[in-house]
Amino acid sequence: MGSVIAFWILAALVVGSAVGLVVRRNPIHGALFLVVNLGGVAALYLMMHAEFLAAAQVIVYAGAIAVLFVFAIMVLIPGKEETGPDPLRAQRWLAVPLGGFLALEIALVLRSTVFTTSRSPATVPGGVEAVGRLLFTDYLFPFEVTSFLLLAALIGVMALTKRKAS
Amino acid sequence: MNGLAGDLAAAFGPVAFVMFVVLNLGGILTWVERKQSAIMQDRIGANRASIFGIRMFGLLHPLADAIKMLTKEDFMPARADRLLFTLAPFVSVFFGLAAFASIPFGDTLRIAGREIELQAVTLNVGILYVLAMLSLGVFGLMMAGWASANNYALLGGQRAAALMISAEIAIGASIMGVVMVYGSLNMQEIARGQGQPLLPQIFGSWIPAWGLLTQPLAFFLFLTAGIATTKRVPFDMPEGESEIIGYFVEYSGMKFGMFAMADFLETVVVAGMTTALFLGGWQVPYLQAGGFVFPWGATVGLPHLAVVALQVGTFLFKVVVMLWILMLIRWTLPRFRYDQAMRLGWLGLFPLSILNIVVTGFILLVVSG
Repeated sequence: MGSVIAFWILAALVVGSAVGLVVRRNPIHGALFLVVNLGGVAALYLMMHAEFLAAAQVIVYAGAIAVLFVFAIMVLIPGKEETGPDPLRAQRWLAVPLGGFLALEIALVLRSTVFTTSRSPATVPGGVEAVGRLLFTDYLFPFEVTSFLLLAALIGVMALTKRKAS
Repeated sequence: MNGLAGDLAAAFGPVAFVMFVVLNLGGILTWVERKQSAIMQDRIGANRASIFGIRMFGLLHPLADAIKMLTKEDFMPARADRLLFTLAPFVSVFFGLAAFASIPFGDTLRIAGREIELQAVTLNVGILYVLAMLSLGVFGLMMAGWASANNYALLGGQRAAALMISAEIAIGASIMGVVMVYGSLNMQEIARGQGQPLLPQIFGSWIPAWGLLTQPLAFFLFLTAGIATTKRVPFDMPEGESEIIGYFVEYSGMKFGMFAMADFLETVVVAGMTTALFLGGWQVPYLQAGGFVFPWGATVGLPHLAVVALQVGTFLFKVVVMLWILMLIRWTLPRFRYDQAMRLGWLGLFPLSILNIVVTGFILLVVSG
């Protein structure tokens, strides 16, 4: 019972902060809503006993990436809210078909067999040992591809900054 | 002590103990800061605060500070973001306080048929939890810098963010070596692992495997990066209280006091982390669950409660010694320039931490055969 109440509170927090992130015009407020959202998702992981995922979520996303977001916003637009007309206003119409497509997709996924087999949270591999073993056995290739992608992005950033300097 | 009351005591006892110790250490540190700097600079230091003529070596000054801060004007700039401006000091203090939760201060306490782990929260990934809380603390500073509607405060917030990111990467990479040696992310397991003998085939049971001996490079990397996350001298460029203007320039009264307190709380957390990871945590050399077992064969039996009390006392003693060393460093070194701190973090601490991981992995392979 207690966990159900906690789930709904967290779910409301996650959805509410996601809405806040989209609705707020002030970019810093949006970024801080993103931090709340990431923390709420981490708490949901924690409720599924995926402690390692929760900690990694907070450290990597909330503690590093969101800090960089806020940092970049503070450097680029210090405190000025985007009050002018939206230059991409015409694209808003795309939201309706894209949203409908996404809803259809989610409905299809929910109807598929992935979520119909019930699993108790305790058997879901979420510990650091399970995650580590999977990363270095079944998912080794995607893992290495991801690291290669990150390396490429890193080198790309360095190349861009070097070009600007000269 | 049974039933619900016992459950509540078992659950909240360790939490209350941690809160009590951390908050009081943070408060006393303001006195230590004044007195230790005074002794190091051949001064007397703050000693005038008195109640009915009782001065207690200036120990009443933290009390006077609190009264002064609570009664000062609570100023807020006209163009400030009111919500974020008010929220920022709370965020800073909250994550500073929450970080200590998974640091163990003793082994399992067995009392009245219960087994109580002596740490506020038992987490399998405790070491990552502390890291996460330390890394979230920076949002308080960034919110303060941005919400003040003051460009100097904003620059201070940016310096804080850049410093914290470079320091946290180094912290995360340097503790990986410790995790590899003791094979766990649970800080209680790491503390227990440090009670094992170091290389028993060579040294017998003479030397305990404290992190300082198994991971000497990681100790210095962690300590340096840890001092950087506390934002105190020599890494105080986010605030720069004497020349450059910091992120809390617009804060006054107790809100400013909370930022100052957050720095002291983070100092306590760094001292606790260093103790738990590198100085054996609550381990007393040669003290085992049943009493002392010395390597030359002598044994001294002790009751369970005495063993636990010795362990908790030892942990607190080690934390206090670490705090003393951190204070010594703070009053010895001058401030790094911003670019020097960045270069130290990204080109010094971080590559050395990666090197430490590689070397540790190699040595572990050799030792385990």
